[in-house]
Amino acid sequence: MIGARILLESLKKQGVEIIFGYPGGQVLPIFDQLYDFDVKFILTRHEQGAAHAADGYARATGKVGVCLATSGPGATNLVTGIATAYMDSIPMVAITGQVGTHLIGNDAFQEADVTGITRPITKHNFLVKDVKDLARTIAEAFYIASSGRPGPVLIDIPVDVQRAETEFIWPEKINIRSYQPTYSGHPGQIKKAAKLISTAKKPIIYAGGGVITSGAHLELKELAQKIQAPVTTTFMGLGSFSGTHKLFLGMLGMHGTAYANHAVMASDLIIAVGARFDDRVTGRLDDFAPGAKVIHIDIDPSSISKNIRVDVPIVGDAKNILKQLICEIKKLPDTAQWLKTTEGWKNKYPLTYKDDSAMIKPQYILQELWKLTRGQAIICTEVGQSQMWACQWYQYLTPRTFISSGGLGTMGFGFPAAMGAKLGFPEKEVFNIAGDGSIQMNIQELATCVANKINVKVLIFNNGFLGMVRQWQELFYKKRYSYTPITSPDYVLLAKSYGAVGMRVTKKSEVRAVLQKAIRTQNTVFIDFRIEPEENVYPMVPAGSAINKMIEGLA
Amino acid sequence: MRHTISVLVENKFGVLARIAGLFSARGYNIASLAVSETFDPQISYMTIVVEAKDEKVLEQIHKQLNKLIDVITVTDFTKKDHLDRELILAKINYAAKDKPKLEAIFEKFVGKIVHHKADTATVEAVGDEQQIKALLEELDKFGIKELVRTGKLAISN
Repeated sequence: MIGARILLESLKKQGVEIIFGYPGGQVLPIFDQLYDFDVKFILTRHEQGAAHAADGYARATGKVGVCLATSGPGATNLVTGIATAYMDSIPMVAITGQVGTHLIGNDAFQEADVTGITRPITKHNFLVKDVKDLARTIAEAFYIASSGRPGPVLIDIPVDVQRAETEFIWPEKINIRSYQPTYSGHPGQIKKAAKLISTAKKPIIYAGGGVITSGAHLELKELAQKIQAPVTTTFMGLGSFSGTHKLFLGMLGMHGTAYANHAVMASDLIIAVGARFDDRVTGRLDDFAPGAKVIHIDIDPSSISKNIRVDVPIVGDAKNILKQLICEIKKLPDTAQWLKTTEGWKNKYPLTYKDDSAMIKPQYILQELWKLTRGQAIICTEVGQSQMWACQWYQYLTPRTFISSGGLGTMGFGFPAAMGAKLGFPEKEVFNIAGDGSIQMNIQELATCVANKINVKVLIFNNGFLGMVRQWQELFYKKRYSYTPITSPDYVLLAKSYGAVGMRVTKKSEVRAVLQKAIRTQNTVFIDFRIEPEENVYPMVPAGSAINKMIEGLA
Repeated sequence: MRHTISVLVENKFGVLARIAGLFSARGYNIASLAVSETFDPQISYMTIVVEAKDEKVLEQIHKQLNKLIDVITVTDFTKKDHLDRELILAKINYAAKDKPKLEAIFEKFVGKIVHHKADTATVEAVGDEQQIKALLEELDKFGIKELVRTGKLAISN
């Protein structure tokens, strides 16, 4: 069997149902095999779109996303998508063609040192120089991508390896001696954590993306209810705890809710689960939660004690550890007074906006979207103000319903990611919350959507600005709007020219009806919402401040 | 403070680049690095001497090294009973009359004159950090023209 065929047979063995990619000179043998192979292939219009789509598919389904590109520019176009997946610990396998082994290092046509370029943005990568190593390498790549703290793995396959013949031997078991992730938490540490919880007066659970990765949301709910502790999540943790639960405080951090930030700062115990105390969460580190002890549950030892001092580190899988921890807590803390306090903050500092303009407020669109879909839709986002409003104004009830680039903050992510999510869940409504800046970054994927009948609904919050940067310029750079005003094409005509449906909304009174119409439309829909141009995202913690020093935005 | 770390890795191409990249991406400077195959040709042994300003940095280095897929074990020798050695080769200014003085030096240090010609002698020496430092001070009295060193090797006791 030739290498190209071995690749596809191996992907089949791994249960891969869908590949996103783009052909090119150094992957011709693979595409020749794809021609009549039983797998869904989605031809994107840009390799970056393929990487984000594979990522979106992985985030929505929990399976490994797969993308494929040719050597040189094809591979370098994947780079932003790979880095995006890396920062958010998303399981992905990226396959790239490479020039023939005899040409590597010769500056051959469309050659790039792709394993070199992607080394710092992959969990691991491989250059396969012998076809006999191919099947095992693919098995290892999937194992590495999906185990431990997941992440993207790249396999670079020279074109002569794709053509070379060997026997196809699939390794049923993979054991890498130098890679043995820890799944079960140390029982002694779990006991210590249980004791801390029992004596806490003001505990708070701080949940991150790790809860979603490990599928620990039910255990998280059980723990929160058992110890009656309020729950805040990170951006990546949205959906790990129901947005409508009475113990939920919303997201914390720079654009988190005021009550989540106040609660964390005043807490005496932080139970961190699958979160990494990122700078957008902690604000000024020296001032972060000064009175709190910290229990930190994470599968990645390097996340622990990286940013803040931890009292009880527990390395392992969140689901396993939470299960044991719940059993281990014998005496329940008395949190009645604490919950009264956090409830008070909730009432005193609710999320709010001024509904004072004839223009459409972006928050209002999300409120209407919530009313129409009630957490049953998958919400993808681009990056910037629209993304932050989507965190604040839509309630996520279950994991994998909020899909957004967190760590890297990649503009142009949302639209292709929405395609991937929709292909993973064809029966679900998938929305991409976009700004007029971000949507123009991977807008070419409209063609992919229409050609493959991927009916995603793109809500463009069109304010004529690169809004988040403009907001910073307004607040910290004396309103000098340097290159943040941005023009757009006519999105209605643009959608139409691609064979999609375009709609425009300029009045608040039309918002609901147009959203309903979009949901009914069996096609990709672009909705151009003309929103209040200088609406800001509040609350906001200025970079480098303590997280309870918020700019509220309201008099 | 300087720390000596040993790393056992899979002997594959690209491993050195991964390790080096880990240090450079975080702005940590490698003071010395020695790499070679072990008795098992599938495994390489690296001894890395690194400058870490505090325990936290050192802990991150340790954890990040462990996180690399090809890394089998990481040992920090800072608080561990261990043996370390370095080999140096040096070319020094030399005249025939210096021979007794030089031979006297090598009664105190492990090393020898490998060869000499006209005005130059090449010497080799092995020792731990202090010994090498002391030896170099002695040799410098003759004038060191060229110096190469392997970097530190370390093994646990």
